[in-house]
Amino acid sequence: MLCRTASDLYWMARYVERAENNARLVDLTQRISLLPERLDPGRSSTTAWRRALDALGQLETYEACRGELEPARVLAWILLDTDNPSSIRQCLFQGRELGRAQRGAITAEMYQELNTSWLDMDEMAADASSTDGVSGFLDWVKTRCAAFRGVTLGTMTRDEGYHFMTLGTAVERADNTVRLLDFKYAQADEGEGGSRDFIQYYQWSAMLQAMSAFETYRKTYRDAVHPLHVSEMMIFQQDMPRSLAVCSRWLHRMVELLAEDGRSEVVRLAGALDASLRFGRMDDVLEGGIKPFLDDFILRLEALHQAIVAQFMTSIEIDGRLDDRRAGPVSSMLS
Amino acid sequence: MNADAPYDEMYDAQGNVRAHYECFAEWVRDTRDERIAQKRRQAEISFHRVGITFAVYGEESGGERLIPFDIAPRIIPAGEWNVLEAGLIQRVRALNMFLHDIYHDRRILEFGVIPESLVLRNSHYRPQMVGIDLPSQVYAHIAGIDIVRAGEGEYYVLEDNLRVPSGVSYMLENRKMMMRLFPELFASQAVAPVEHYPALLLETLQSVGPEGLDQPVVAVLTPGSYNSAYFEHAFLAQQMGVELVEGQDLFVNDDTVYMRTTRGPRRVHVIYRRIDDDFLDPRVFRADSVLGVPGLFSAVAAGRVTLANSFGTGVADDKSIYPYVPEMIRFYLSEDPILLNVPTYRLSQDDDRKYVLDHLQELVVKEVHGAGGYGMLVGPTASRSEIEAFRQRIQAEPARYIAQPTLSLSTCPTFVDSGVAPRHIDLRPYVLSGSETLVVPGGLTRVALREGSLVVNSSQGGGTKDTWVLED
Repeated sequence: MLCRTASDLYWMARYVERAENNARLVDLTQRISLLPERLDPGRSSTTAWRRALDALGQLETYEACRGELEPARVLAWILLDTDNPSSIRQCLFQGRELGRAQRGAITAEMYQELNTSWLDMDEMAADASSTDGVSGFLDWVKTRCAAFRGVTLGTMTRDEGYHFMTLGTAVERADNTVRLLDFKYAQADEGEGGSRDFIQYYQWSAMLQAMSAFETYRKTYRDAVHPLHVSEMMIFQQDMPRSLAVCSRWLHRMVELLAEDGRSEVVRLAGALDASLRFGRMDDVLEGGIKPFLDDFILRLEALHQAIVAQFMTSIEIDGRLDDRRAGPVSSMLS
Repeated sequence: MNADAPYDEMYDAQGNVRAHYECFAEWVRDTRDERIAQKRRQAEISFHRVGITFAVYGEESGGERLIPFDIAPRIIPAGEWNVLEAGLIQRVRALNMFLHDIYHDRRILEFGVIPESLVLRNSHYRPQMVGIDLPSQVYAHIAGIDIVRAGEGEYYVLEDNLRVPSGVSYMLENRKMMMRLFPELFASQAVAPVEHYPALLLETLQSVGPEGLDQPVVAVLTPGSYNSAYFEHAFLAQQMGVELVEGQDLFVNDDTVYMRTTRGPRRVHVIYRRIDDDFLDPRVFRADSVLGVPGLFSAVAAGRVTLANSFGTGVADDKSIYPYVPEMIRFYLSEDPILLNVPTYRLSQDDDRKYVLDHLQELVVKEVHGAGGYGMLVGPTASRSEIEAFRQRIQAEPARYIAQPTLSLSTCPTFVDSGVAPRHIDLRPYVLSGSETLVVPGGLTRVALREGSLVVNSSQGGGTKDTWVLED
């Protein structure tokens, strides 16, 4: 497979996943900001939206481009803004453009899904910025992404292209799960007082619902929603499709399928990440602190992404510089 | 119908339905208008969703248009097709022999059949190709020959396209759409299939690989996803099951072409290129081109890769060479041409020029190197000032133009806003040349949707139709 094709398919999958994840984040933000104020003491009307931008790593960009934080404006920024390369609109656009560029490498049905999402985008977005339409729009985004994933699952050959797409989905999803956890932990110290448990219950429930993980939680823990348990599930649960453990296992498996040399750097990085999540324990995480754990995970994910780019998507000329490349410039990041 | 009316594909001069259109006529009679209207809408939505579009120059990324699709098919009876097929194969064989000759012995020039200067000073002649031997001596592996029908129904060759002829994906997608919308029409008569075109194309390309390999690696080379014909490039690559590459995906090392893949460099043997000569190799042609592959020419010259179509085919489809094609056929094949050429005036010749300047309002004047319906005067529909402007351009540079009588192109019933009305059409069949020369039964029928218009180009309001060749 061409390096360019591998890269386009990887990013195509990332953009589709990102569109859905943005929809989930907005959903969570909406749920929290709509809770009665007594359940989120000390907040102002913009707190939740500030946290959402922070989780996306876009607070500074937003303020530079759009200035003052104001719920409707932040909403428009995340959903539709063409100046925001990660807005849902731009994700759907980029996904479709990459799909168009690679329409020979994906099935006609897959392109039709991407194209349909893009063609219907403006109409669906028309009333999305008003509070009424937002949840309908978010549902539509999730459904469109699910339709694309379903058609991919049902029509695409399980070849390299499929594996690069899976890789892209797994990287993006792991990234999102970390950000959502970060979003919650960024406000861990707030809300002391008698109604604390009550508040936690609603806020962490909102998170589980945004992740479509509420039922799984109930089945696993059979107790009231407890922050530690939610975190444990999102990090270590071996069968929750959005947990870091599952994403890491996918990453490792895909990289092993794609790499010809099982000892290459990219396989080592993915394997190490997988192992730490498969055999890690919540107690160990708590010892070092959840926040440092999440920060470290983001760094390792970024290193893995760089290794994927270096291994598969960077062209080399004919002579024997393969070994240089396999060593990779990213190994130092982990030491 | 009056005697001057153009030949109609469906109705004879008395207004009776021709035999090969009876099935279709019956179907139109028996089908409710609403159903047809609904199917037309369905076709349009479907083309949009599937993304069978062409990018429009000058619009921001994502600017795409549909080529209007008309659901009334153009039907060709078996007897007529047999003649067309033989004529097309004959013509393309002669054109390939001509290309081989002018880059080798130049016999045709020595014998004075074609003036030497017309060939050697032609801007599409590539002196770099002299003496380079190509597999099977084929230059134009894919040829699109534009055919029109005029007068009493005679077929004429209007133009040969031997560089990067496009449109074949529409031939295939139009058929797919028609079979989906109106399966009953295909059940009641035998329409020759065209769906195997990609398989034939792959066979053709593999038959001209270098070094007699069993399974040469083929790739389609595209200028990229913003090219107006990108859909077609991707479509053909996918249908053939080969890689779709851009210039940046290839590199040349030691006269050998490689693709940059996830598992390292992989050799390519045959490149079906959809980029013009000028942009293919910045070391030999336009140095500012970023679309091409440095060193590609040298790899072709060394016989390490086959380019389809080859460098330098443009000299054979140039409008200044066109009048000589019948002579080529006689010269190389010792056969009489099966297909007619449109009579053509060469404006560099005094007699012809005088006649043309006196009869501009009756003639079509074309730029020798023009394409796509641009730089063209259609006398009968042009305004007086347009004619005068063209007169001055001809007088300034007569050799840049040729003129032809205005052919009354045949018409075919077409669905338009006001109902069904006759519109002018042409036909582009695709001729493949590898170890053998062949044509799939059909082609792309283009239709001028504006009433009275003779310009069928998609860039100027043309649409397309499915083309049916009936089997005996």
